[in-house]
Amino acid sequence: MKLRLAVATAAALLLGAGGALANEQLLQLQRDANQWVMPNGNYSSHRYSELNQINRDNVRNLRPVWSFSTGVLRGHEGGPLVVGDVMYIHTPFPNRVFALDLNNPGRVRWRYEPQQDPSVIGVMCCDTVNRGVAYADGRIYLSQADTTLVALDAENGREIWKVKNGDASKGETATMAPMVFGDKVLVGISGGEYGVRGHVTAYNLRDGSMAWRAYSVGTDEEIKFNPQRTTHMGQPVGENSSLRSWEGDQWRLGGGTTWGWFSYDPQLNLIYYGSGNPGTWNPSQRPGDNKWSMTIFARDANTGEARWVYQMTPHDEWDYDGVNEMILVDNMNVRGRQVPRALVHFDRNGFAYTLNRETGELLVAEKYDPAVNWATHVDMQTGRPQVDPRFSTRREDENVTNICPAALGTKDQQPAAFSPRTGLFYVPTNHVCMDYEPFRVSYTAGQPFIGATLSMYPPQGSQHMGNFIAFDAGEGKIVWSRPERFSVWSGALATAGDIAFYGTLEGHLKAVDMRDGRELYSFRTPSGIIGNVNTFTHRGKQYIAVLSGVGGWAGIGMAAGLSGDNEGLGAVGAYRSLADYTQLGGVLTVFALPD
Amino acid sequence: MKLRIAAALLALALCYPAAPTAASEEKPYRVENGRVDRATFNGYRRYGNSCMQCHGPDGSGSSYAPNLTESLKRMSQEQFNDVVINGRQNVNAQAQNVMPSFGYVEDVALYLNDIYAYLKARSDGALGRGRPQRLEN
Repeated sequence: MKLRLAVATAAALLLGAGGALANEQLLQLQRDANQWVMPNGNYSSHRYSELNQINRDNVRNLRPVWSFSTGVLRGHEGGPLVVGDVMYIHTPFPNRVFALDLNNPGRVRWRYEPQQDPSVIGVMCCDTVNRGVAYADGRIYLSQADTTLVALDAENGREIWKVKNGDASKGETATMAPMVFGDKVLVGISGGEYGVRGHVTAYNLRDGSMAWRAYSVGTDEEIKFNPQRTTHMGQPVGENSSLRSWEGDQWRLGGGTTWGWFSYDPQLNLIYYGSGNPGTWNPSQRPGDNKWSMTIFARDANTGEARWVYQMTPHDEWDYDGVNEMILVDNMNVRGRQVPRALVHFDRNGFAYTLNRETGELLVAEKYDPAVNWATHVDMQTGRPQVDPRFSTRREDENVTNICPAALGTKDQQPAAFSPRTGLFYVPTNHVCMDYEPFRVSYTAGQPFIGATLSMYPPQGSQHMGNFIAFDAGEGKIVWSRPERFSVWSGALATAGDIAFYGTLEGHLKAVDMRDGRELYSFRTPSGIIGNVNTFTHRGKQYIAVLSGVGGWAGIGMAAGLSGDNEGLGAVGAYRSLADYTQLGGVLTVFALPD
Repeated sequence: MKLRIAAALLALALCYPAAPTAASEEKPYRVENGRVDRATFNGYRRYGNSCMQCHGPDGSGSSYAPNLTESLKRMSQEQFNDVVINGRQNVNAQAQNVMPSFGYVEDVALYLNDIYAYLKARSDGALGRGRPQRLEN
């Protein structure tokens, strides 16, 4: 507690200072378990807390202590930040930000609501979600739906500067949380279903001027690749590595949007993130490997130059965006070998990847849902998935059936948690398969550029559409798996209390025993949970917080129940409409043990 | 359009048991034993490309866009066309709904009748959920 006061004081002194000091301050803050200063808990995206007041033995006594309506109905992804005595929450469009006073639960210290052209709503493919704000150096950074990045004074919500990162009239939108490192703030771009060519852009904290921008697809200069120094599977990528993997100038509609999460290794000074689907969903229209869509990037934080890349799904045929979070683990035991700096990534394509994050060397690639069938395995020499030809969709106008996972992925952006105590990952997953029928489409700027129609349903023989699993990424094995009726679309939290938390689409906040996944606590919040759970202390007492508010991609289809040819198979439970369980509405719920 | 009329005429000529009556001739779709004519099938696919991202599979709606199988019980084809071509906004304290304009989108504007036919078949209960099978021809 004293430490936090000291840090808060330091923060006050540093207000407006900017520069490298912000980095130092944030580096300290992200280690303080009493606060939750970045969306995924720390720069390594662990979503783990050392707090253990709430633990395996007493979590059954947990209860909601206060709640707060955001006044916004649509899908609430992301989660609260806690800095000192203030909690910051955000909403989907219109992207309100509330600063809530923890000394006076729920009192609004300030609120901010940007003015945005509502036409942007119509070009957000999968609801108007936003995954949160970033804090640094007495400021809050918000990436609005219309791609405006705004710096707010954390004390009063006043605008300090703002800058436009994209053009919504071309389908460029923003959903991701920005990340601050050093004297810069980094932000990506959404619009993978609109032919948008993705990029990440670093802006200077001082005044919002652009420091660097790196595209996912394009010329070496645009993608900030050094043909000799940038590597893929240990080899230099060579000249024009992206352009050579497309026909003609199709790369201009090359996709690779960057709407997931950022991680940062301050020692290596590298940032990590993944890129999304290439152009249209009709693979026949874009022959080639479509580099560097579906790729993990490690970039120098100062210059943006790519150190290494790894393309997980060359020539995507299923919409398996590679944007999910990159979890950085030190001194990890990988199949008997100690890896000082590892990166673990649970991809949409159903494989969990473990890499050496210094070199990009691929160490483990295993399925984290046994239902995954589109590829038999990943060739560890080439890094390429071995696609089962039965599930290739490179067949225009043909309906390819029973592909697992569905386009939703075995996991979407909902981030997993990592416990350094157990060495295991706690992963919210989807358990859904699909039929996929690609067809030819034409491109119109600012209009959907899809070219496939899909049906989604649970895997054959399954009655449920989600699992919450514990995963050993060193061995590539599922340790336990806990079925859920619907996809688990909520970011997980692991704590030193030996419990893991997550939310369900029906709206339950759940705590489970890390040993076996046994449910220890469940409370039904007002709406389905697609937000991420966090924890913090206030006046020495531990709290748990989560945003409810069903929607997002999970709100598609599941609002009406999933469909498909399998409907006759009698999996009645699985098809029951989500609407029978929950309705819309953004609400923050804060939990604690009784005094 | 011509093709569809041709198909309808062909059906009549072959004296299908389910030969359309005067009333059903006004239906924009043809569904026989769960199979649909070419135009309705095209509508299904175009729907999948341009509409499903918001309105959900099978026109059944999502948490943020209306269920079109319900909407078409109240809307005329003219109203439907107007909304698709010109878009519509309903943004207030209760709702943040924006239907973009598809007037300049080839894949929608050219096949507006087909998309309507598919959704109308769904709305009338003539067609179930999922991918329809095509009629021969």
